[in-house]
Amino acid sequence: MHIHKYEKIWLWSGAVCLTIFLLIVGVSAYAMGNQPPSHMETIDPQKAALTAPFDKPALTKIGDNEYEAIMLAQAFTFTPSKMTVPKGSTVHFKVTSTDVVHGFQIPATNVNMMITPGYVSKISHTFDKPGKYLILCNEYCGVGHQVMAVTLEVTS
Amino acid sequence: MIDKRDAKLSLGFLSVSFIALFIGAIAGLLQTLVRSGTIELPLHIGYYQLLTAHGVLLALIFTTFFIVGFLYAGISKTMGALYDVPRRTAWLGFAMMTFGTILATIFILLNKATVLYTFYAPLQASPWFYVALVHVVVGSWLCAFSMWNQYYIWKRRTKNKLSPLFSYMAVMTMALWFIATLGVAATVILQFIPWSIGWVDKIDILISRTLFWYFGHPLVYFWLLPAYMCWYVVIPKIIGGKIFSDALARLSFVLFLLFSIPVGFHHQLLEPGISHSWKFFQVVLTFMVIVPSLMTAFSMFAVFETAGRKKGAKGLFGWFKVLPWKDVRFFAPMMGMLIFVPAGAGGIINASHQLNQVIHNTLWVTGHFHLTVASTVALTFFGIAYWLVPYLSGRTLTPQMNKLGIIQTIMWTVGMAFMSGAMHLVGLFGAPRRTAYTTYSDHPQAMDWVPYQAAMAIGGTILFIAILLLMYIIGYLAFKAPKGEMDFPVGEVEEEAAATPVILENWKLWVGICAALILIAYTIPFWHMIEHGPPGSTGYKFW
Repeated sequence: MHIHKYEKIWLWSGAVCLTIFLLIVGVSAYAMGNQPPSHMETIDPQKAALTAPFDKPALTKIGDNEYEAIMLAQAFTFTPSKMTVPKGSTVHFKVTSTDVVHGFQIPATNVNMMITPGYVSKISHTFDKPGKYLILCNEYCGVGHQVMAVTLEVTS
Repeated sequence: MIDKRDAKLSLGFLSVSFIALFIGAIAGLLQTLVRSGTIELPLHIGYYQLLTAHGVLLALIFTTFFIVGFLYAGISKTMGALYDVPRRTAWLGFAMMTFGTILATIFILLNKATVLYTFYAPLQASPWFYVALVHVVVGSWLCAFSMWNQYYIWKRRTKNKLSPLFSYMAVMTMALWFIATLGVAATVILQFIPWSIGWVDKIDILISRTLFWYFGHPLVYFWLLPAYMCWYVVIPKIIGGKIFSDALARLSFVLFLLFSIPVGFHHQLLEPGISHSWKFFQVVLTFMVIVPSLMTAFSMFAVFETAGRKKGAKGLFGWFKVLPWKDVRFFAPMMGMLIFVPAGAGGIINASHQLNQVIHNTLWVTGHFHLTVASTVALTFFGIAYWLVPYLSGRTLTPQMNKLGIIQTIMWTVGMAFMSGAMHLVGLFGAPRRTAYTTYSDHPQAMDWVPYQAAMAIGGTILFIAILLLMYIIGYLAFKAPKGEMDFPVGEVEEEAAATPVILENWKLWVGICAALILIAYTIPFWHMIEHGPPGSTGYKFW
């Protein structure tokens, strides 16, 4: 098929741009470990609140500056609802839902993932700045969706 | 003027489309006022109920009815009057789609289906809501079959002549729609309906989401392709130019068919149960679908420049000035086209893994598709309606209405700049989408979002006034404008353009490659979801 010379130049520059974009995404994902949350572990959503470790949702210290937050998302709150860690801590969040689909987002960080019933979602983040962080649900889950949020305090 | 019976058919679809647009716009205005904290809804109307109405009526009903109506008009114009069977099938499709629309609207207004237009399980609406959606989809399939039938008969009667570009694109658009809606039909018929009636207790969430997003991304191309048809076929004629290349226009539509479907995972990047390699694979395919849009951009600007130079424009950019800026048939789609530049860039951001992590489910995304579907596509559709409605009703677009149309376009652009601009910004700060007014117990971060939400309400108000103006113009053009003959602008191909290769009309080949790509992108991860899926969920009515 005949393609005009200028169009060839245009399409090639476009293709090169797209390839560079994809390379950046790919290198960041595969070489630097910035993969999207894609945890494969499953759980019976009807029994989520009775299944370990979600039967005892809590923030636990698991090492130097390292914490694990086992959390339940349910309409319209997260459990535990108050958590405190010192500055510089890495928190490994492990979350599942007892009912519908929820979101899990901490504004001003890159913590953002879906909580799909039947699956366990995991994400980690290091909190270098002190402050009261908002953990909010960003997927519509019902009439009280807009109040579904808890806080995580990072002390200095 | 096309066959009177076809004009009536097309007008039927356009009427439902504009009624849906009006109701959906009222919901939209109220949403922005609620979210900014300006008003509280009376009469127990819920914010999320409005949001459901807004999404269903605008994203699904306004678009689909407008598209089908526009395609029928163009098919009748370029291939000649519809044959009897295709026309009868079309009316049957219209009846089913309209019935489904009314039923869905009733159940949304009764607050029995406040599940938003994406109806994610295990939120469970009334079974009638899902039955209504099936009617809309199956009705649209009848329209697809009817258009293909028309094309098939036409090809046979003309002894395999090259099909008119418009009709080819219409057939392709409906092929894309049919293949895409198979996914949503499967989840609604096999999962949602039996589960909401109570025949089965549980539903598999991830499978339903995956089938939905298998449909959800090509859906946006189903909106976009008819806008591209206007750009490729109609605009060259309006600006006094020629179609740059028939073959490349067709090739871009082939590429849309191939690459717009196997990409649904980029809407599911942040969810568990899908391995990151399959996510990345579909992200790569997502980037492929940008190529035909780049081709379209080139073709359009090539048409603008050649048309301008023929008119004697000098200098590097002289041709830009001589474009018919005062003709709303050009101006409205052109604004849509220009808006598609930032809108498309935003789309690339959304599809990129790590950037998606920042903006997923924030108002940024809402801002994004208000630039794409609600500006690029909507402005192009408005631009089409300004000549198509009087054309079909045997009236004319008066200079006065043309002027009002230009004002309408400017208002839409300004209103959207406020609303979408504020959404993009506040989304970057983390404000979630699809959320009623809240300050999260006066959390300082959430308090910072309030001024942006006020800007959204200002934009929303301007947009609503623009819709009122649009309704007046369309009503005038349909019922009051002076009688006369309008032109259905169909561009001709540039003389020196190369002939169109026959292979572009080899449907078996393209549909075959399309199916192969879908199977490659989906079989293994989908099988994994079935094989390793968790127990399903019972339904919840949390509204």
